[in-house]
Amino acid sequence: MTELTHLTIKSAIESLEKKEFSSAELVQAHIDATEKARHLNAFITETPEIALEQAKASDARRAKGEAGPLDGIPLAIKDMYCTKGVRTTAASNILHNFVPPYESTVTDKLFNAGAVMIGKSNTDEFAMGTTTESSAFGNTINPWKRKGDNTDLIPGGSSGGSAAAVAARMAMGGTGTDTGGSIRQPAAMCGIAGIRPTYGRCSRWGIIAYASSFDQAGVLARTVEDCALLLQNMSGFDPKDSTSADIPVPDFPAATRTGDVKGLKVGVPKEFRVEGMPEIIEKNWQKGAQWLKDQGAEVVDISLPHTKYALPAYYILVPSEASSNLARFDGVRYGLREHDDPETLLDMYERTRASGFGDETKRRIMLGTFTLSAGYYDAYYVKAQRVRRLIQQDFLKAFEKVDVILTPPTPSAAYPIGENDDDPIAMYLNDVFTVPLNLAGLPGMSVPSILTPEGLPLGLQVIGKPWDEATVLKTARAIERAAGFNAMPSSVQTGAA
Amino acid sequence: MSMDKETVRKVASLARLRVTEEELDKFAPQLSGILEWIEQLGELDTSNVEPLSNVVDIAPVSRQDEINDGNIQSAILANAPEAQSGYFTVPKIIEQADN
Repeated sequence: MTELTHLTIKSAIESLEKKEFSSAELVQAHIDATEKARHLNAFITETPEIALEQAKASDARRAKGEAGPLDGIPLAIKDMYCTKGVRTTAASNILHNFVPPYESTVTDKLFNAGAVMIGKSNTDEFAMGTTTESSAFGNTINPWKRKGDNTDLIPGGSSGGSAAAVAARMAMGGTGTDTGGSIRQPAAMCGIAGIRPTYGRCSRWGIIAYASSFDQAGVLARTVEDCALLLQNMSGFDPKDSTSADIPVPDFPAATRTGDVKGLKVGVPKEFRVEGMPEIIEKNWQKGAQWLKDQGAEVVDISLPHTKYALPAYYILVPSEASSNLARFDGVRYGLREHDDPETLLDMYERTRASGFGDETKRRIMLGTFTLSAGYYDAYYVKAQRVRRLIQQDFLKAFEKVDVILTPPTPSAAYPIGENDDDPIAMYLNDVFTVPLNLAGLPGMSVPSILTPEGLPLGLQVIGKPWDEATVLKTARAIERAAGFNAMPSSVQTGAA
Repeated sequence: MSMDKETVRKVASLARLRVTEEELDKFAPQLSGILEWIEQLGELDTSNVEPLSNVVDIAPVSRQDEINDGNIQSAILANAPEAQSGYFTVPKIIEQADN
C-alpha cells in the first residue's frame, strides 16, 4: 500500500470516488508512514485514532453520496491551530497541557470538507523561527539529505513539521501559518509547494496569535493544484475574525488548471539580488524567468527600493505585537503554572513565564516590550510602521506595471541543524526574501524548481496583488509544469523514511 | 543604542519574565546586536509618511453586540491550573492583618 502515500490529493479523491480504495486504507498507509518516519519528529502529537475514526466516517459519507470536496484526505495540522479536544501547544512548554475547548475556523472548515487529521505538526515555538529548532518538543529533521552526506538538515520553519510530513509522504497536505515566510520557506527547503494567501483571506480565529497584523493561514502540499484545492476549503469571511475579508473567494483550482501565462507581466526586482547570494540561487531565479518567458509571459525588470529595510522593520513590528499577544500567558487560566510556594502573584507570573518560554520567544518578548515602552515607542514602533507603508507602496507601484513578481524564496537550500545557534541575526536573515510581502499583506507562493548540485531542493517564489491568489497559483502552475520537478528524498524512494 | 544588563533587567521585569544573571549576560549582547541592526531604519526620512497599521483595503467590521454563547463555565475552567468553586484560583496575595 506504500504507493497510496505518493498520490496527489487530486488523484486520491478521484480514486476514492471510483472506489479503488477506501479512505480507511489511504489513512492507514499514512499512519504507517508516520510511524516509520517518527525520527524526523514532524509531529508533536500524532492522532491515529482520530484519523481512523474520521476516515471511517468519510467512507460512510461517500457510500451515501455525501462526500465533501476533501473527503478522506489525511492532513498534518500545524500545532498553532486550536483543535477541539486535542492538545494544542504552539510548540511551547507554556501550553504543554492545553486542550482547546473549541475548534479553529480553518480546521473546522477543513473537517467539514471531509479532511482527516493525521496529527499536530511541529513548529518553532509560537511560530517564531525559520528552522523548527526552537520547538519545546525537539527539532524536526528534513527528510532530504545532501548527496553522500548523512548530516541532519533543518526543514525550514516555522511550519517545518507540516513541510517534513508532506515531503516524507506522511500526509498529503498540511496547514501552516505564515507571519514572515513560515510556509514558503519550509516548502522550498523540503521540495514541496506552499501558499500564503492575502492577509484576511482566511480567518485567524482559533490560531494561536503571534503577530496579529501579519499572521495568516495557508497550506503546504506536493502540487500547486493540491494547494489550490486546500486553500479553497479554508478561505472566506468569518464573523469571529473582524480582519477576515467579506469578499468572494475565487475558484482557485480552476486557476491552476489553465496555468496559461501568455501575456502575463512578471516583475523581477533587482533589490532581491543580495550580496553573497550563492550562484545557484541566481541561476535558479533566471531559469524560472526563462520558463515563464517560454510560455508567453513577459519578464520586466522592476525596483522595490525599500526592500533592504523590510527585515529591520519586521523585527520591530513583529516582536512588538508578539509581546502584547503573549502577555496572556500568565499561569492563571490555562497552560503551565509554576506554583511551588509562590511568594506573590507577581512571583508566580515571572517564574511561570521564565520556565514556560524558550530563549527565542523570550528575546522577542523583551525586544517588543522595549520597542513599545515609553520613550522608545515613536523611535522604534511608529518608525517601523512608517517604513511598512513605504514597503507597501513599493509593491503597489510595481503592480501598476506587472501582474506578479518572481523571486527566490530562500537565500540558500536547507542547512545543517545547529548552524545558527545563538546568532539571532543570522537566523533572521533567512527571511530576507519572504518577509517583504508580509509587511504589505500580499499573497505569495513557493513552488519547487530544481535540485542543487548537492541534491537539495530549491523553490521559486511568486508574489501577487492583494486578493489575487488566482494569478499567483496560475503562475506557480506554469513554473511547476516547466520545472517538471519530481525528485523526492532518497529515504522516501527506498521506503526507509 | 545598546541594551546594558540593567536595561534588560528592567525590560524583563516589565514583561514579567524572571531572568538569571547568566541569562542577562547572554541576552544583553544579543538584544543590543538586534537593536543596532534595526536602527538602520534611521537612514530613511519618514517624516512625511503616515504609519501603516491595516495592510488591506478592507475596513474591519464590527459584529452586533449580542450575547451568542454562555453556560460554558466548565469548558472555560477545564484548562485552569487551579480552580475552586467555579473560580480561577491564584496564590494568596493579601496578608492577614496582625491586629
